[in-house]
Amino acid sequence: MLLVQFLLLSSVLFCIGVYGVLSRRNGVMVLMSIELILNAVNINLVAFGAFNGTVAGEVFALFVIAIAAAEVGVGLAIVLLIFRNKRSVDISEIDQMKG
Amino acid sequence: MVAQNIFFSIMAATMIGSALKVVTTRNVVHAALWLILVLAGAAGQFLLLGAEFVGVTQVLVYIGAVIVLFLFGIMLTKASMGDDDDVNLANRPTAAAVGLLLLGIMSYATVDFWRGKELPRNRAPQTAEQVSDSIFSDFIVPFEATSVLLLAALIGAIVVARKE
Repeated sequence: MLLVQFLLLSSVLFCIGVYGVLSRRNGVMVLMSIELILNAVNINLVAFGAFNGTVAGEVFALFVIAIAAAEVGVGLAIVLLIFRNKRSVDISEIDQMKG
Repeated sequence: MVAQNIFFSIMAATMIGSALKVVTTRNVVHAALWLILVLAGAAGQFLLLGAEFVGVTQVLVYIGAVIVLFLFGIMLTKASMGDDDDVNLANRPTAAAVGLLLLGIMSYATVDFWRGKELPRNRAPQTAEQVSDSIFSDFIVPFEATSVLLLAALIGAIVVARKE
């Protein structure tokens, strides 16, 4: 197997995730797109770890998984708070801090 | 080698198709369900790369916990169960242009630099023992920092989400 096939798969997933973050209006769907981005990074880390023959890539992928779980927990809590205050999860309506 | 490439292609095609559905479907619940396919495909890629422990952790943490959290989030924000025309912003062409431009730059850079590099053949899979030895020796400081971060995120999520 070539290394570059994993890197290209991860690039495609990353860019799909970026498109999702930029184009979605629903806060929960934006968080899902961020999960896509984090998964793309994980595939990169594990592929480079296999390429170098060390476990460091896998260890960092595990850290990314742990931090992604924390991020989803806090992110969904914030989305729920916004929903409770505004009765909507539309991120284009959240502009109170706009200068 | 051929069998591995066939499995890689099947899983990669499934992942890319499902990821496109995640960012284009107008049904919030379906987006979460398509995300399961992407995450399962990523777990398969980890197994293909010989990273057993990461693959199993991916299934446990992502498909087991994160997806359930998303479904609870969808339920609690009272998203409509059917198609919803309000889930996309108007600037989708710009977002697509940004994504395609980024994809062009990233794939050109990776192919240009890593072209022709083969993964080592007949590697033994990295066992959970090696991974845990590495975490508890070389990476003990990041590991402790992660545990503190998880605690902080737990408390933060409770404080943010609870009713006054």
